[in-house]
Amino acid sequence: MDLQSIRLLTYHIAMNKKFVLGIYDDEDVLLQAIENVRAAGTKIYDVFSPYPVHGIDDVLGIKRSRLPIAAFFLGLTGMAFALWMQIWMLGFDWPMIIGGKPHISLPAFIPVTFELTVLFAAHGMVITFLIVQKLKPSTRVPVFDKRSTDDKFVMAIEVKDGVTDLSALNNLLRTNGAIEVNQKEVLK
Amino acid sequence: MTEERLIISRKTNNKFFLMIAIGVILLIVGIIAMAAGWGGEHHAEEAHGEAAAVAHEAVTWSKRLFVNLWLNNVYFTGIALIGVFFIAVQYVAYAGWSVLIKRIPEALSYYLPIGGAVMLLVFLFGGHDIFHWTHEYLYDVNDPRYDPIIEGKAPYLNFWFYLIRMVAYFVLWIVFFNWLRRNSINEDLYGGTDYYHRSIRISATFLVVFGVTSSLSAWDWVLSIDTHWFSTMFAWYVFASWWVSGLAATTLTVIILKQNGYLKMVNANHLHDLGKFVFGFSIFWTYVWFSQFMLIWYANIPEESIYFLERLGGHDGKYTWIFFFNLIINFAFPFLVLMTRDAKRQMIMLKLVTIAILIGHWFDFYLMMMPATMGASGGIGFIEIGTALVFLGVFLITFTKGLTKASLVPVNHPFLEESVHHHV
Repeated sequence: MDLQSIRLLTYHIAMNKKFVLGIYDDEDVLLQAIENVRAAGTKIYDVFSPYPVHGIDDVLGIKRSRLPIAAFFLGLTGMAFALWMQIWMLGFDWPMIIGGKPHISLPAFIPVTFELTVLFAAHGMVITFLIVQKLKPSTRVPVFDKRSTDDKFVMAIEVKDGVTDLSALNNLLRTNGAIEVNQKEVLK
Repeated sequence: MTEERLIISRKTNNKFFLMIAIGVILLIVGIIAMAAGWGGEHHAEEAHGEAAAVAHEAVTWSKRLFVNLWLNNVYFTGIALIGVFFIAVQYVAYAGWSVLIKRIPEALSYYLPIGGAVMLLVFLFGGHDIFHWTHEYLYDVNDPRYDPIIEGKAPYLNFWFYLIRMVAYFVLWIVFFNWLRRNSINEDLYGGTDYYHRSIRISATFLVVFGVTSSLSAWDWVLSIDTHWFSTMFAWYVFASWWVSGLAATTLTVIILKQNGYLKMVNANHLHDLGKFVFGFSIFWTYVWFSQFMLIWYANIPEESIYFLERLGGHDGKYTWIFFFNLIINFAFPFLVLMTRDAKRQMIMLKLVTIAILIGHWFDFYLMMMPATMGASGGIGFIEIGTALVFLGVFLITFTKGLTKASLVPVNHPFLEESVHHHV
């Protein structure tokens, strides 16, 4: 799954919000619609898709995740920890002679160092992601339209009472290829 | 889709010939210097002692030349072979992204016939200089130099079987290369999906052939130089070295062509995938290197660890720096430089790394071959640089000629459209 779809699934929704939903049934129409809607000055809350759509991050203006940077430093931490652990254990805390090698023999430490680097980077990335996205077991994810898990794309736009012109928004979505325009109130 | 024809100017071709000419001059200087015995005296003293029992022969200029010819030919033949292998892997994987760059690995393989001819000639004329096991006296029970261990390997390592195998590898490789290439070019001319489906079947067969021949040829051409020593990781090790060099050569060529205005439809996404390949397989090479090293280091059985003793401190420490240089240039450098996404999408970073890898893996093969043949008399001098330049020049001439023979864009490939819209 790419980052976009993970993000789509895991949004934290505030209570009692109204949304206008544009339903699309074609990927290319959707991409063009996103561009036009954003160009018209409308802020898109999110787009829901049954599968990752190539190029949707760019048109939605989503910046690349900085998770790889975290991964690098987490890996570095794992490497340092593994080396420290083995050098301390086998070199100072409980030195043993194994195969006639010196107590601190780097080649013997490399497999464990590699494994711990990977372990720290992988688990650390998952934990970092959960923290950054504020995900916990009690998180509830509202479904705007069930068809977004089947064969439709759903573009959600938040309605601000007294600010959003609903008929203009309806027109904007329809002229850009939406097959339906619905409204939905999301409760916590 | 529009055709793109590469034109190699006379000026570029002259550069390649100049490369060969400089190489030949360096070679001649090196040979004269060695024949005249400049700077070679101080080794003669150290060669005695225990080594005398193993019938230590003085290293002649012809031996050094043959070993260098062999080294460069194995290196460049490997890169050429990877051309066919890459194409076959792409076909079998139903890959779409690589269609735009597929003519580059295809052209790499044009070196195969030359590689085969040189390999055969060097083995016939310089076999004794490179391979210890080719000496008749090793198999003669009455000779004091009789070697029962090598005699035990005779069913596999004997002149005729070796020669037959060598010819068989090249015949198989060249046949499969021509077969795939012919289908690829006919597809350009006549279109349709027949050629594509046929190529998949040919590729699948080739991969089986490649699996066997690449391992056997690694044992024959590289491992058997250290006749007593053996390692079950070795075929993989040589393959990893060839594969990453081939990928680096492909990537570097794509960038150079792109910078000269060709391959207009290739974009950062294709470079990104090539970069991932180079990044991933330089780590793969390291993994294989370490798997071989660690088990030998840990078990520390003399007949095995002699291989690394020769390279780490043995032969007056002549090869120690190359041992570490090999790891830095082939692992640490590509690993750190190509780690980020941006680096894999930038030509300058990819260029730096692929050039480093191509140089680095030449040294890798140097390290596999030189200690057992040249011993303490080895080094990097005029002969090494000269031979490498001659081979590079010849390789570039055949390679670029291959590139000009067909459109750089395979115009009728069924996945061309997918490749054009490739997005990572």
